[in-house]
Amino acid sequence: MNYKKFLEQFSIVSQCKKHGLSLWQCPQFLFIVMGLIIIISSVLTFFIGSRYIDDPIIVALIVLGITVILFVFLFLIVQGFEKLTEANKLKTEFVSIVSHQLRSPLSNLKMTLDLLMSRKIGSIKEEQVDYFKILKDNSDRMEAIVSDLLIVSRIETEKFFLKKENFSLADLVERTIKNFEIYAKSSNIEISLEFPKDLPKVFADSSKIQLVVENLLDNAIKYTPKKGSVKITLEKNDQKVFFKIKDSGFGIPSQDKKYIFKKFFRADNAVRHQTQGSGLGLYIAKSIIEKSGGKINFDSGQSKGTLFWFTLPIAIEV
Amino acid sequence: MKKILFIEDESALQKTLGESLRQEGFEIISALDGELGLNLAKTKNPDLILLDLILPKINGFEVLKQLKSLQETKDIPVIVLTNLEGVGEIDKVLELGATTYLVKAQYSLDEMIEKIKDFFN
Repeated sequence: MNYKKFLEQFSIVSQCKKHGLSLWQCPQFLFIVMGLIIIISSVLTFFIGSRYIDDPIIVALIVLGITVILFVFLFLIVQGFEKLTEANKLKTEFVSIVSHQLRSPLSNLKMTLDLLMSRKIGSIKEEQVDYFKILKDNSDRMEAIVSDLLIVSRIETEKFFLKKENFSLADLVERTIKNFEIYAKSSNIEISLEFPKDLPKVFADSSKIQLVVENLLDNAIKYTPKKGSVKITLEKNDQKVFFKIKDSGFGIPSQDKKYIFKKFFRADNAVRHQTQGSGLGLYIAKSIIEKSGGKINFDSGQSKGTLFWFTLPIAIEV
Repeated sequence: MKKILFIEDESALQKTLGESLRQEGFEIISALDGELGLNLAKTKNPDLILLDLILPKINGFEVLKQLKSLQETKDIPVIVLTNLEGVGEIDKVLELGATTYLVKAQYSLDEMIEKIKDFFN
């Protein structure tokens, strides 16, 4: 175990992974590429130089000159990357610390409001109830945003671990729909679920997949005008379980389609219809599904509704 | 009457959750730091300990470790109440012998009280 850890220090791939970077953004890797480019160019310059120039001292000087120029250029480029990486890391850490610090006062606020609204410590006037509800809704919203930010910062620092197990996606979806029942009813939206009886279990982290299902269901309800419907189907296809959710909502404008899974992005019509959201839900969903070995995508036409789908690997036999 | 030792440095939470639990008929002993919490655990013999992780003087991990190593406190169940929710922290706390792990931000006051009441049923 220990020697593995020791060797890991020299493995560039694992070092870069630890910092959540792809190889081409990773300073250590770029440093090695830079070395190789310098060696190859120096050798080439030497061969080409010695073919056309007779004096070995001049050849040596040219090789030396080119090596120095290349070194300075590449060093500046690598250093630029290093600075970018460092800034990005600081930003992620900052988000993580701020969200953590915000969490305690927010949960205090929430608990105090709960206590006041429960009327256990005294009555509140009927005309005040609506205002307490506004406070409560907004503290819930802040809470949701902070919790999304925390998940994002964990995804970006690769501190996002999945505890995979075999579980029934159908049960999870049924439970989630139940949690959304009141919300859906208040928006006059009918949720239906269909799945074959012999649907196999999936192999993934159930608590994280629950987040994805909640996000997609929340979006489907949010972006569907009153008296609409949301239809969820589960099916098995080629060693995968498909989750599909179709709404009868606004749809996604075609110019926004390529940004839909990007962080903080909110479609034009979502903003216009004044729905609330942090613009992090789908980014989180995509990260979770991809880390679980699945795929996620959507199909949408403006005012034709939207179909989101994802796949998960089916359970491994024990 | 069941006795709960509530080790938590946020006085707001001591007041809201503590007061609500009192109204539910529990006796609440409050400790605002880890050191006091440990001493009270040894002397007051509570039926349950609610423990925060980020605490002044002695942090929650250390409090839990000591609680589980002392003869007089090792059998008292401990529910960890925190806002840290990394897998590393959860695993560490459960390994140290905590009964459950509740992330404060994920529950409303009522749900939290239900969880604690469920524990005694």
